[in-house]
Amino acid sequence: MNHYGVKAIYFYELARAWRTLMQSIASPVLSTSLYFIVFGSAIGSRIVEIDGISYGAFIVPGLLMLSILTESTSNASFGIYMPKFTGTIYEVLSAPVSGVEIVLGYVGAAATKSVILGLIILITARVFVDYSIMHPIWMLMFLVLTAITFSLLGFLIGLWANSFEQLQIIPMMVITPLTFLGGTFYSINMLPELWQKITLLNPVVYLVSGFRWSFYGSADVHVGISLGMIALFMAICLGLITWIFKTGYKLKP
Amino acid sequence: MPDILTLEGVEKTYDTGFTALTDINLSIRQGEIFALLGPNGAGKTTLIGIVCGIVKATGGRIIADSLDIHKDFRQARKQIGLVPQELSVNIFESVWDTVRFSRGLFGCPADDAYLEQLLKTLSLWDKKDSRIMALSGGMKRRVLIAKALAHQPNILFLDEPTAGVDVELRRDMWAMIRRLREEGVTIILTTHYIEEAEDMADRIGVINKGKLMLVEEKHALMRELGRKSLTVFLSEPLTTLPPNLIRDDLQLAEDGNSLIYSYSTAEASSGVSELLAQLQNAGIDYQDLQTRQSSLEEIFVSLVEEKP
Repeated sequence: MNHYGVKAIYFYELARAWRTLMQSIASPVLSTSLYFIVFGSAIGSRIVEIDGISYGAFIVPGLLMLSILTESTSNASFGIYMPKFTGTIYEVLSAPVSGVEIVLGYVGAAATKSVILGLIILITARVFVDYSIMHPIWMLMFLVLTAITFSLLGFLIGLWANSFEQLQIIPMMVITPLTFLGGTFYSINMLPELWQKITLLNPVVYLVSGFRWSFYGSADVHVGISLGMIALFMAICLGLITWIFKTGYKLKP
Repeated sequence: MPDILTLEGVEKTYDTGFTALTDINLSIRQGEIFALLGPNGAGKTTLIGIVCGIVKATGGRIIADSLDIHKDFRQARKQIGLVPQELSVNIFESVWDTVRFSRGLFGCPADDAYLEQLLKTLSLWDKKDSRIMALSGGMKRRVLIAKALAHQPNILFLDEPTAGVDVELRRDMWAMIRRLREEGVTIILTTHYIEEAEDMADRIGVINKGKLMLVEEKHALMRELGRKSLTVFLSEPLTTLPPNLIRDDLQLAEDGNSLIYSYSTAEASSGVSELLAQLQNAGIDYQDLQTRQSSLEEIFVSLVEEKP
């Protein structure tokens, strides 16, 4: 294991986040705060409790998940796409680092940033709404696993993308809609029966549900299924990344 | 000198079906400066890319410092440094951060004393905290060299190191390359500049259309390649050459206003003074003279035409 190499990529990526502090941390914190103000404090105060939880507190896990998913994906995709775009990828490809080590460096850094961001948002949320965390260890585990899984997805998107448009299209056209429709702002039990069944095809439902369980002990789907879905999604991403490094697809001509 | 890098039957055919390299067999000797010459699209960068692990070969074997570059990729790649042709560097980073990153990436523990020395050698020390975007093109190229040397490789690839670099900096670069050689680094460079190869290389390889045409000691090759042309601008245009001036190495320009004489710099006599005397004897007056070294690309074209 080239641990110096992994460390170099990891800290290089964290330094990039530090250089772009406004985009990396301040911007998502601000936009999530706006959600809390509008949906949590302003509108939320006129909405009845869901499963015995005030609406403002109910949306905390979902909004946190929304930020984690979008930021993990965009951070990791940008992290690997930029070297491809500017040509600096030559150095990583010519270095004595294996595919696993490259992934550890880039995805590890993107996931770290997301977890830090998630914790900052969690603290910020406290300013606007009162919430509690019933299973803090599980909460942290869901946070870390989701950050890693979606950083892996972002890394895949960054490897695959040939343009900035392609880089944006999956986060914008797939992840954001799936998150909004995945129970961020509501319990899926509030939907008509048919839509409840259709919604179960949305993988984000399992993430939000499991995460919300770690806060309040109630979930739309069983927590075991949520964990299983994260594991499955992570396995798919890892499988695809392994294939890319093995074949050199879009990396080595 | 023993061989430090050996390429055996290296081939590259892209997915599009384009064959970039055909059966490349080449041995680089330890401590030499080897210049790989070839026109654009000849396969130079592809060849370097394959050795450095950026491009996948479709056939053949490469041994670097007794290590197979696939089976022992970790150890083999530690021996190799690459300065790419493009100025590919993160412009938002500082010089110091980028060289430290390169050293770590290649699996070496931090050694700030070595990196300080390296930056001083490349006249970059006073710029160490500058963002790369603030540096001139020549300095950026030196940063790339510093990055390639950050892990103290034994073999250094320089892909067109002096492309777009002014004369003074080019000379500095040559001096630096010689210093590296004195320190025991084997250097493989690609170039378009014949004087660069002439000035620095111990051996020269000529590549064209993905085939290694020849590999020779520089002095032997220069005799073959070193041709110049002399243009004589006539005071009065000629319609034809006088019979005593008709020869293979002398052409009358289409407009009749100039004569073009080509000659080899390697010959004992260029024949220029004899030609001028002949013109005077024939009563042909001229107003100006211009000599020009044939470009490497022109030479290659003639080389390739001769050896299909």
